[in-house]
Formats: sequence, C-alpha cells, structure tokens
Amino acid sequence: MSLMAELNRKALGLGVPLSVHLDVTYRCNERCEHCYLEHDGENELTTAEIRNFLGQFAEAGVFFLTISGGEPLLRRDCFEIIAFARELGFNIKLKTNAVLIREKEARRLRELGIEQVQVSIYSHKPEVHDAITKLPGSLSRSLNGVRLMRAAGLKVTLANVLMRSNSADFAGVQQLAAETGAHYTVDPTITPMLNGDTAVLGLRLNSDELRAVFHDERLIQDAADFCAPPGPVDDAIREGIPCSAGHSACYVSPWGEVYPCVQFPLPCGDLRQQSFSEIWRNSAQLAEVRSIRAKDLTTCSSCSHLGTCTRCPGLAFMEGSMRGPSSADCEKSFVRTGITTAGMLADHSHSWHRTSRAQLVQIRL
Amino acid sequence: MKACYIARSPNVAARLLGDEMIMMSAVDSTLFNLNAVAAVIWQSADGTTPLSEIVQEKICSAFDVEFSEALRDAKQFVSDLAAHGILLVSEAPILDSNSVALATS
Repeated sequence: MSLMAELNRKALGLGVPLSVHLDVTYRCNERCEHCYLEHDGENELTTAEIRNFLGQFAEAGVFFLTISGGEPLLRRDCFEIIAFARELGFNIKLKTNAVLIREKEARRLRELGIEQVQVSIYSHKPEVHDAITKLPGSLSRSLNGVRLMRAAGLKVTLANVLMRSNSADFAGVQQLAAETGAHYTVDPTITPMLNGDTAVLGLRLNSDELRAVFHDERLIQDAADFCAPPGPVDDAIREGIPCSAGHSACYVSPWGEVYPCVQFPLPCGDLRQQSFSEIWRNSAQLAEVRSIRAKDLTTCSSCSHLGTCTRCPGLAFMEGSMRGPSSADCEKSFVRTGITTAGMLADHSHSWHRTSRAQLVQIRL
Repeated sequence: MKACYIARSPNVAARLLGDEMIMMSAVDSTLFNLNAVAAVIWQSADGTTPLSEIVQEKICSAFDVEFSEALRDAKQFVSDLAAHGILLVSEAPILDSNSVALATS
C-alpha cells in the first residue's frame, strides 16, 4: 500500500477531513464555455472569515488544501490567504488560469512554499484556447505565467480538459508541457452547472471521440490494461465507499457553504452559522453520504464494472440520486471496455418501456 | 562537539494525523510520515534550540532512552530529513529559515 493510500485509510478510520477544496471566489477574468459556475462575487467570504475557517480546517486535521475559484488571484487578499494557510501547515495546490501571474507573483508563490499550481490549457492554438476562455490573448498570458512560475521553481501542471472543440489538440498541449517543464494531465469530464443547467453537456466528447481518447497510448500510459474488461466483483469491492467525497474530503464555497465535493452540490452546512468540526461531525447530509457502500447502489451494485468504474456520486446526485448511476461514467466504462453497464441496460429497459407504452397507447387509440 | 541547530523548512507542509506527523515537501512532492519521537524533534526545530537540548528536554524526558543513544538517532534522523530539504541544519542558530531554504533549494 502506498503512503498516500495508507494516509487515506488512516484518515477514514479517524474521521479526519484530510482534504478541503476551497473556492475563494467565483469571480473570473475568463468566461470558459464549459464552466459550471456563475461568476457572482456578492457577499463572498471576507479575509477575516477565511482566516478563521482555515484555522478550523487545520484544527480538524485538514492537510491538503486546494485553493481555487473562479480565478483566486482576483482576490486582492489571495496572497495573504495563501501565506496564512502556509503558516498553518497546509499542503497547498493552487488552481489558477495564470493570466495575472507576473515575475513578482511567481516569486511570491515560490517563497510561500506552494506544493503545486494547476493551470488549465485547452489548446496550443490561440484561436482555439481563446475561443474557449472567451478572453483574447489568454493562451499567451497563461503560458507566460506558466513559464515564470517554472523559472521560479514551482511545480506546474497543465490541465487539459478535452471537449469536442479542442480534442484534436492534446498533443500540442503535451508539447507545451514538455517545453515549459510542466506536468500534463487530461480530463474529458464536463459537468452540469451547479445551478442544474445542463446545456454545457453538449460540449462533451461523443462516444467515438471518448473511445479514441481512452485507447490512445499518448494519453493513457497502459491503454490495454485501462481498457481491459473488469475483473470479478468481490466483497471488498461491494463493501467499499464510492469515493472520498464527504468521507475524507469536502468542498467549501466562496460563501462558506460546505459540500461533499465541488461536483456534489448537496448542501451540508454553512460555516457562517456553524463550526467546521460541527458540520463535519454532525451533518445529516454527510452522514447519509458516508452511509453508502458500493453494495447499496441501486443499479451499479449489480454492474460488472463496480470495481473499476469512475462513477462520480456527485454526478449521480445531479442526475437524480446519489445512490444511482452517473450516465457519463457509464459511458466511460462502456467505451473503455466495450462492455455495457447496468446503468445503460436500465436506461435501455426504461426507454423500451417508454416506447412500448407509446405503442400500447397507439393501439388503444 | 560542534553545535547543531535545526529549523523546519518553509517548503514543507505538515499535520498531525492521529499519533503520527504527515508532511510533504514542496520541493519534490515527497510524502513522509514521522513517528511520535521524530514528530517531537520536528516540532521543536525552531532554529535556535540546539539539537542536544531538544533531545535532552523533549526526548529523554518523555521516552525511556539514554541521552547518547537518543542523540545519535536524532542526528541520523536530522541528516535524513535534511537530505530531502525537510529540515535545515546549521552550526549557528537559523534566524531566517525562508532565505536559507530558498538559497539551498
């Protein structure tokens, strides 16, 4: 077992929230077409509130702190927040578009001992990247920020979200990562907006494009293994938890609301009303999330993919039930392996049922 | 015997998890966990208290161990962590660990 897996196991056993993702603002200087946020900045947490909450996180045992947004550097107190968080001993990952990073900011981030910075880059072509961010010149500015941070000695990862409009450009982004000495990570996940709007899902890769991504050795190190049929489902898998959301990790919004994860919009408490420890220990919503084992999932428990599926409980929740399947993850499991999922079969029988019903109605008419 | 001062590197994140200390270096993203004795040394590494004093006051008083044996083990531990940039080591008090860390990383 790796040390990280051992830490997660220990945190789960102790009930410690090992990781918190804190969005310090939803305001942003980009308007990415796939973004799941509304960019409202009204009544967001003050500096004093954030300092107070960071202290509560540290006291509760939080070690990994992701500071994100929106664009976190739009907050004038962002460096003060990071500096205070570092004083409290957090391991910090900063998610930024790097548009506002100059030499001074890069140096300051390095001095503060940030562990890593993640920057979203969609394409090596300005016309493609800038069309997604809707900010002219953004690719050039982001890459300038990346280079300055690398020169300052920071570990930088280029996060390449793949959509229909940029899926052909991943090799170019990989090349940019190699040129700048950055790491590269790819993600084909597009989620509904937190307000429930699903229009952005039209930007997702279609099944053929997703299949091509999952079978491409340039993106997936051992594609044959990754795309192999799932192994047998045993008791350890059935008794397992779906993911760390709500168990050893949670999300905090720019207004202090606590959720199991940034992709799991189930309100669990409000830091402006209750302490973090109180929410973490006593939230009925978190208790419900924590009560679910793989064997309890309504459709997925009978699925052959149960042990290997990337099923996101947050996406399932947005589709109607935190115990149900996430259709996006059903599709991923299917295009990876070519083996249908229980969720797809359930959908199929459901649509057959609808069709049959329509036919019956026709007959009756 | 030369004095040995130790200071926590500002490039390190650390947190107590149960009875052990977890830490990660921002320099190379290496994850460590320290047992209770090592955690005491880490927490006492203020740059101005000599290692021998830390061992005498914090280790020997709390754990059943001879000073010479504890100091020998502590020096080895300090050397290992210093190699990963987790601890800064000097024969003189370390008053500004930030500038020392940036100069050596």
